[in-house]
Amino acid sequence: MAFKKDRLRRTMMFVPGNNAGMIKDAGIYGADSIMFDLEDSVSLAEKDSARNLVYEALTTVDYGDAELVVRTNGLDTDFFEADVKAMVKAGIDVIRIPKTENADMVKEMENLVVAAEKEFGIPVGTTHLMAAIESAEGVLNVPEIAKSSDRMIGVALSAEDYTTDMQTHRYPNGKELEFARNMIINAARAADIAAFDTVYTDVDNTQGLIDETEYIHELGYDGKSVINPRQIPVIDKVFEPSKEAIKNAQNVIAAIERAHQAGSGVIAMNGQMVDRPVVMRAERVMKLAQASGLVDKEGHYIGK
Amino acid sequence: MENKLGRVLPETLMEKLNLKPFETTVIGHPIVQRTAPKVRVSNGDDKVTNDLKKIVQDNVKDGMTISFHHHFRNGDFVFNQVMKIIMDLGIKNLTLAPSSLTGAMNDVAIEAIKNGTVTNITTSGMRGSLGEEVSHGILKDSVIFRSHGGRARAIEEGDIKIDVAFLGVPNADRCGNANGMYGEEAFGSLGYALMDANYADKVVLLTDNLVDYPNTPAPINQTMVDYVVEVDKVGDPDKIGSGATRFTTDPKNLKIANLVSDVITNSSYFKEGFSFQTGSGGAALAVTRYLRKAMIEQNIHASFGLGGITKPMVDLLEEGLINKLMDVQDFDKAAAQSMKDNKNQQEISASWYADPDNKGAMVDQLDVAILSALEIDTDFNVNVLTGADGMIRGAVGGHQDAGTAKLTIICAPLVRGRIPSVVKSVGTAVTPGDSIDVLVTERGIAVNPNRPELIDQLKNVPGIDLCTIDELAEKAEKIVGKEEPLKFDDNTVGIVEYRDGTVIDTIKQVKD
Amino acid sequence: MEIKKTAMDGTLESSDIQITVSKGTNGVNIDLTSDVKERFGDDIIATIKKVASDFQLDNVNIKAVDQGALDCVIKARAITAIQRALGNSEEPAWEAL
Repeated sequence: MAFKKDRLRRTMMFVPGNNAGMIKDAGIYGADSIMFDLEDSVSLAEKDSARNLVYEALTTVDYGDAELVVRTNGLDTDFFEADVKAMVKAGIDVIRIPKTENADMVKEMENLVVAAEKEFGIPVGTTHLMAAIESAEGVLNVPEIAKSSDRMIGVALSAEDYTTDMQTHRYPNGKELEFARNMIINAARAADIAAFDTVYTDVDNTQGLIDETEYIHELGYDGKSVINPRQIPVIDKVFEPSKEAIKNAQNVIAAIERAHQAGSGVIAMNGQMVDRPVVMRAERVMKLAQASGLVDKEGHYIGK
Repeated sequence: MENKLGRVLPETLMEKLNLKPFETTVIGHPIVQRTAPKVRVSNGDDKVTNDLKKIVQDNVKDGMTISFHHHFRNGDFVFNQVMKIIMDLGIKNLTLAPSSLTGAMNDVAIEAIKNGTVTNITTSGMRGSLGEEVSHGILKDSVIFRSHGGRARAIEEGDIKIDVAFLGVPNADRCGNANGMYGEEAFGSLGYALMDANYADKVVLLTDNLVDYPNTPAPINQTMVDYVVEVDKVGDPDKIGSGATRFTTDPKNLKIANLVSDVITNSSYFKEGFSFQTGSGGAALAVTRYLRKAMIEQNIHASFGLGGITKPMVDLLEEGLINKLMDVQDFDKAAAQSMKDNKNQQEISASWYADPDNKGAMVDQLDVAILSALEIDTDFNVNVLTGADGMIRGAVGGHQDAGTAKLTIICAPLVRGRIPSVVKSVGTAVTPGDSIDVLVTERGIAVNPNRPELIDQLKNVPGIDLCTIDELAEKAEKIVGKEEPLKFDDNTVGIVEYRDGTVIDTIKQVKD
Repeated sequence: MEIKKTAMDGTLESSDIQITVSKGTNGVNIDLTSDVKERFGDDIIATIKKVASDFQLDNVNIKAVDQGALDCVIKARAITAIQRALGNSEEPAWEAL
């Protein structure tokens, strides 16, 4: 497992927690994050089974560089405490809190996580949190949710439950999600955490997935949840930086290098001062370029 | 006795059968003598009958070699009809030399072995119950497994001398002009059957569709045929092949296929006029889809596609992305239909396709081959014949033959269930590692170290995770654990020939 | 520990294993069906035995129908089936995980 707060999160792949075959192969599709689900995809009678299976997988299977996330059952269920304890013991990177309505729910989860970390001798602070926003209440409270804990790494929109709560349903143009999407991305950026868009459920509609991903990419989202591995390369493609963006980022990084060598704290490029947001954007573009295979190990552009 | 791959071969058996151990994939320029069939002269007027029993009685004798083709695949009615008559007549000690054996033939084949009707078999492969029975030693003598090209060679050179060939066709006229394209059980190319038609002493066509004389096109023509037997049905159209082969939607196969396409398009072989062959496995087949995209984007056309043809290949032909399909068999109805309709889809015999002792076979001109594997070992030797339990459950097919391509790519999931595909040493070596250039798995790609220029071409390609094949074997073992070695009896149930007729490996009887 | 009832976990899907645990009187008996028995049978039985001993089961009958499951799946399914048979599956069995 490889937790890094500031990392690429273009795709978070859902894996049903009681499916042995999918759990085995979850690491091969290049998802930035893998989310093992103990909640909706597992029937009530199999909650114990899925929890044990995910536990054993987390402690034995090599998932490479992927960030490992688990969606536990809700705070109002009988399974929630056992889920959290087992996943903390297994050393999960991130626990995804389902149906997050307010900051108190995050606090409740955090307290349980702290207790579990102490019980199992895991350094306090190891386990991170993210919140799934699935209701009108959750959307309105997302600014406080996003800032509710140092452990928070992101907020995610879950559109199926949200649209039900809003007394509407999903439409191809996504207008019903406009407010929620904007609230979530603003709250995430204000709290300096990641924003994940909802799943695109029509797995055979590649163009629809591209359109929706382009839209949330424009909004500033880090990435999308994914229900089928086939969606991963499609989404990654949308997040590929352009050749110009990469060239520009390379110039910025060269300027940083020059300033560093000259022992100067001021970074200049083409006679202009380069400020911090520009530097950060350049670093992110290079990270995306590397992940997209557009630059080689030395950073040379090799895209077509 | 060990061959060049280090496979231990049973000395007495090798001597008894006058077989030589495998040395090299290089064929060179030997001078070989071909054989010719005996001909019973006829003006053609006495060929048609509906008395199959009489034909069998008059022509099949104890100890003979008889043959069949497998173009009807699991919809074959010919093999069972003929074999039942042979058993009823009490004919014994036959050698069975079909192009391959399909599941539809298993029950009758087992019966014929058990009652002594069949005592020897040479085939491309066998599966299911027959594979299991043979693996348990029901035949006294060893089955000889040959590739499609190897069978063509063996027939031409007399290693297989067919006394009587029983060839089912979906149409024929009264003199024996026939093709595989028309009729209810049309299967397209007669590629494998053309060997039997040309070299068997007696050629018996079975058909349920007698058409007006003269019937054209006639890849099998009246000069080769002794009898035309009318029967009720030669096959079940629904089981011969699906309507159109569908692409897999399995994400793991798609990932592997995408990687294979990346390997091809980033190699020096991907250029205008290149040629390729794909196997019929899930991932191998799906490569065509990704390749198509790259061909359009980079405006590259293939001069030919080779081997077993499927709908996806036909689509490329129709789009003008492939100039010719050289067709030895058709895996689905769409491909069979296309051979009838499209003059750029050429029927070829097994010899033209892949015979090593030829004045040039098509596989010798092949640039890229995409093949699957049950197992591949750290010397790149491939097994497509025996399973992890030691049981025969596959076929050599065109694997060794297409393996001569300039760029031969094996695609396989690193593990299937708990069975590793990449191992230290394969259960049965079928295609030598020298033929294999690249292994693509979902968890890494290994290039044969004897192809350093390929490593150079691929090492900086984004998304291509190059590692050594030893690393892949270790990765597989880490996932599934260490396999216990299989236990075998000493009895040799199978001999696997390389395409040149040397012995590449043997298969031992499984221990219960 | 004493088995209270017959219980099961796992499925017959590929890469999974179905494990059924029931009362026994004559030690730990494991009845394994698997396509990979020749290659991994001893491993599979050892994994299940280890879980049974973690739960201190002396007498138990275990039927395992394997579809090529990895070791971690076998262990998880064995733990869940045994816990269910013991009637205490609500709280994870920390001693066995």
